[in-house]
Amino acid sequence: MAGISRKQVWMIVAGAVLVSAFGWLLIGGLDKNVVFFLTPKELLAKGNSGYEVPVRLGGQVKPKSVQWDDKALDLRFVLTDGAGDVSVHAKGAPPQMFRDGMGVVVEGKYGRDGVFQSSSLMIKHSNEYRPPKAGEKPQEMYKTLIKGSGA
Amino acid sequence: MTQSVDTNPDLPKPGYWPWYGIFCFLFLIGSQASGLLLSVPDRDMGHLQKIMYVHVPAAWIMSLTFVVVLYYSFRYLWKQQENDDLVAASAAEVGAAFCGLTLVLGMIWGKPTWGVWWTWDARLTSTLVLFLIMVSYLALRAFIDDPHRRAQWSAAVGILGAINVPIVYMSVKWWRTLHQVQSMPSTVDPMYVINLRLNAFAFLFLMIYFIRRRYEAARFERAAELAVQAAALGRR
Repeated sequence: MAGISRKQVWMIVAGAVLVSAFGWLLIGGLDKNVVFFLTPKELLAKGNSGYEVPVRLGGQVKPKSVQWDDKALDLRFVLTDGAGDVSVHAKGAPPQMFRDGMGVVVEGKYGRDGVFQSSSLMIKHSNEYRPPKAGEKPQEMYKTLIKGSGA
Repeated sequence: MTQSVDTNPDLPKPGYWPWYGIFCFLFLIGSQASGLLLSVPDRDMGHLQKIMYVHVPAAWIMSLTFVVVLYYSFRYLWKQQENDDLVAASAAEVGAAFCGLTLVLGMIWGKPTWGVWWTWDARLTSTLVLFLIMVSYLALRAFIDDPHRRAQWSAAVGILGAINVPIVYMSVKWWRTLHQVQSMPSTVDPMYVINLRLNAFAFLFLMIYFIRRRYEAARFERAAELAVQAAALGRR
């Protein structure tokens, strides 16, 4: 193989600079505090500045806290992260996977009356996938989906 | 002198690759059938869990494809051999397709399970950025006529894009996102793990097949370009 030309050296140096710049960005430069949502504890800790500003709030649906009015399509539940609880009010039917203990992220504003008014509700699924245990029935989501689309 | 494209001995021959392709697609049909028909519905998601057998392998193999782009881009910058650039470009095209597949299936999965088609969390955003870089890589190649310059610029963009792969992978660990962290064999039922691995191999075989055949086509394209040039020069 012929010797390395000046141009090749230049290209390699440019490549190395590029990679190390990105590496630096990765290790130190990027803000590790970029969060998609706040937890109830973090929202409550904000105190006065946490009210009436658009925010995403994420946590688990506190078991036995769900109140669903299927005539008015009115949903109330408590979102918890174990350290703090926030009451949430949402309009419209939630996604099919919504249930006690499920991870949920809501978009909206925390009112001064202590109720979070949600304009959008998303499910945060865990990384677990299991078939139903004996006696359990799997969710037949595709059926409810078809039903839901007609409503 | 012009050399006929058909008789040029330097050009790659199909060899056994078409047979390998048939094997790939049969394997894919088998592994998808196993996933769709034999795998039991998930307790939360029901049959929707089976989107996993395309979404996840597509994401894995997309990452691997960009490692190929990275390797051959560096190799081109080092040795300046045109064929390395053509392999990188072929891999980038295949990777962009798998990346697009990952995004589209993720959206189709997201709507019924999460409740939204799309949201700007770190995983989704970084994957979209990766996709856009690889698409711009392909667009860039169409804009530069000089093969050497085209290869140099593509290599730079290819390396830039490949650096995004670890960011995409780590995004769910570094930042708080809507997308869940990676599943592990301990969090997934063994039957799902088997089907997932089976389909991952199907996608791996396909990736190799696609890159190879795209590379062959790229070689022929270049040979045709050179033949046209030689003919034009000969006529003068």
